[in-house]
Amino acid sequence: MKTPRAGDRLPPLRIPVTRTLIVAGAIASRDYQDVHHDPELARQKGSPDIFMNILTTNGLVGRYITDHFGPRAELRRVAIRLGAPNHPGDTMVLTGTVEEVDGDTATVRVVGANGLGKHVTGTVTVRITA
Amino acid sequence: MSGEPQVQEEFEARLKAYEGRPAAATGVGRDPVNEPMIRHWCEAMGDTSPAYTGPDAIAPPTMLQAWTMAGLTRRPERTAAYDELLTLLDESGHDAVVATDCDQEYLRPLRPGDEITFDSVIESVSDRKTTKLGAGYFVTTRTDIRAGGELAGTHRFRILKYAPAHRPSRPAERRPRPVVNRDNAGFWEGVTRHELLIQRCTACGTLRFPWLPGCNGCGSPDWDTVEASGEGTVYSYVVLHHPPFPAFEPPYAVGLIELAEGVRIVSNVVGVPYDKVRIGMPVRLEFRRYDEELVLPVFQGVTP
Repeated sequence: MKTPRAGDRLPPLRIPVTRTLIVAGAIASRDYQDVHHDPELARQKGSPDIFMNILTTNGLVGRYITDHFGPRAELRRVAIRLGAPNHPGDTMVLTGTVEEVDGDTATVRVVGANGLGKHVTGTVTVRITA
Repeated sequence: MSGEPQVQEEFEARLKAYEGRPAAATGVGRDPVNEPMIRHWCEAMGDTSPAYTGPDAIAPPTMLQAWTMAGLTRRPERTAAYDELLTLLDESGHDAVVATDCDQEYLRPLRPGDEITFDSVIESVSDRKTTKLGAGYFVTTRTDIRAGGELAGTHRFRILKYAPAHRPSRPAERRPRPVVNRDNAGFWEGVTRHELLIQRCTACGTLRFPWLPGCNGCGSPDWDTVEASGEGTVYSYVVLHHPPFPAFEPPYAVGLIELAEGVRIVSNVVGVPYDKVRIGMPVRLEFRRYDEELVLPVFQGVTP
């Protein structure tokens, strides 16, 4: 693992947004909001289909960072904002750029884009221990 | 919501009053931090980091909120204040919810066996915002999560409570279907050809309507049909104001129509205002299509 430097780009991670991922993520995070598993009720609330819950997005963003920096990476903070929803059949591509490095701690700007636009934007603060 | 600015202001002041009030008081995690929930999470996320397995496993830090989730059961720790705020929004039409922001700080790792407690406060309620999903209010809560009484992380969460802008229009309610059986099938077949058929007893010649298996004059089971000319008068009527019923739009007039042939039939009187229908009013038969499969005989009122 190289020491991160400001401006480094992380290789993209493609996440196929399957129905299974949406439902498995919702249940694993104990989020039983109907819009994350029931297409009919999601439609009644103005959405064309079920969509990924924020806890899953959060988990995927965390995974993206620790996958890249390896087991010595400790997440300190994950701050995300959602935009376009992640619907079944779409693909989300996570990309990241190291914004700042302060000692052993890096701040990474993360964007997850899907067919509709930016699903998630945020920053992750990660400490990489020696 | 009413569009009147004053009403809007009052409503927003009521929402703002919830800022700073607790949203959850001394919540207790449903389960201690545990390996099965960690495994389910990692499987769902496709997260194969070795940090989350083995004797020194920690929970994925991004699971922070999951340990506080109630799941399918109710949340005893949720405060009346937070329930009231959500109810106020629901009842004003902002009944859809979507999470928009999540900001978690991790102060120390959580490990299997850690007992979770948490407190949550309503940090802010935004002014009314118009979004692509619909207009609504952002509600931000901050939760402190403790393990064994020690602060392990904080979690700031923002939701949008909104009135869906693109609520799908409900499919139009269809009128009830007629009950078609062996005894009246001939009548409904006539309707599909835009013919109103009256049964006639072939023994005594008595006309009868509605359709029945036998003659109410002589009891004979034998019959043929006569096509109504379509001329008639309102013999009696009732105006339906209430209760509203799907597929019907009250008020409307239901007439008992005496056909020129002498039998009577119940149907809608159309083409004249419901309050202009009168006994003795001349009417004329017409067939109206209500949906792709339903055609009904109705009577066009003729105002003098």
